[in-house]
Amino acid sequence: MFAALTAIAAESGDEHPFPGIRELVVWPEALFEGTAFGFNKVALISLIAMAVPVVLFLIAGSRAKQSAVPRGVQNLAEVTVEFVERMIIRQAIGNDPKGMAFLPLLISMFLFILVGNLFGIIPTAHFGANARMANPVILALLAWVTFIGVGLKNHGLGYLKEALFPPGVPKALYILVTPIELISTFLVRPFSLAVRLFANMLAGHILLVTFAWLTTSLVTGGILAIISPLPFAMLVAFTGFELLVAFLQAYIFTLLTAVYIGGALHPAH
Amino acid sequence: MSTLSTLAQTVAQQAELTADEAKANAAATGAGLAYGLAAIGPGIGIGYLVGQAVQAMARQPESAGQVQTTMFLGIAFTEALALIGFVVFILLKFV
Repeated sequence: MFAALTAIAAESGDEHPFPGIRELVVWPEALFEGTAFGFNKVALISLIAMAVPVVLFLIAGSRAKQSAVPRGVQNLAEVTVEFVERMIIRQAIGNDPKGMAFLPLLISMFLFILVGNLFGIIPTAHFGANARMANPVILALLAWVTFIGVGLKNHGLGYLKEALFPPGVPKALYILVTPIELISTFLVRPFSLAVRLFANMLAGHILLVTFAWLTTSLVTGGILAIISPLPFAMLVAFTGFELLVAFLQAYIFTLLTAVYIGGALHPAH
Repeated sequence: MSTLSTLAQTVAQQAELTADEAKANAAATGAGLAYGLAAIGPGIGIGYLVGQAVQAMARQPESAGQVQTTMFLGIAFTEALALIGFVVFILLKFV
């Protein structure tokens, strides 16, 4: 049975080989080709991901001036603000009024990542802006600069002392603890933030491509077309899963940024 | 004589090809192993973590929100290891 299937598969030929990684993630540049400012699909998606939240909040803001009763877009904006306030800032920074100062940063971060990720499952786009390393790296550097800046601003150089020499540790152990803290706080944090977002989105993209490619090559593969609904069902299921991942990754990235900021605000815990 | 040299040439070519192929094979095997091994630990970790979180939420439903946030944080930290394995997979396989 299996040998027969393989024979059929071999007979139908390898007309459409599985695309290489370059075909999957590299898009040709439409403007300024070859320069550092090359403008391709990913850049366009990033621009849209930047513009959508801005437009959303501008419309919601103008509505709010007309009437206090939220309606339509204004509801969406208020739900987003409430979500970031309750699920991220209260949980990670606490009821400190200083924490609310980071609401604009965290909301922009959350919405930019969310909209960029959602393009991974929007037909005709089908590529998340964060599936290329550039966006996650810049966002992670932003988070990194922010939490170090917050620590330095609120505690001066005491923040660095607190972070590198945590109190309550026997003096001799600092030989061991300080390098670990240095690496984990100042190197691993931004690295893991960026890699987490990037790898999740790239993995999702490759999953969707795999099942879409399998479906089309089975449909055009003669008698094997009868089992093509199976990968198609997987494709639909994974599209739903990617919706969840898009939201979850935006949430986790913002939550971790808030946790790091909270840690810099109150280094004691 | 000429048949022999042609044969030798073919064998040499084949040997060259198989050297390249062996490299690609080793890369593919290494990539698969890298991801598979990297997924073991975080798999166990996330399973344990979520199980404990569910237990905590079942015992104290009023603290469910706090437990959930902490659970997501823990998942994010644990998952990072598997994701680094995935990145290594991509690097080995494609770069």
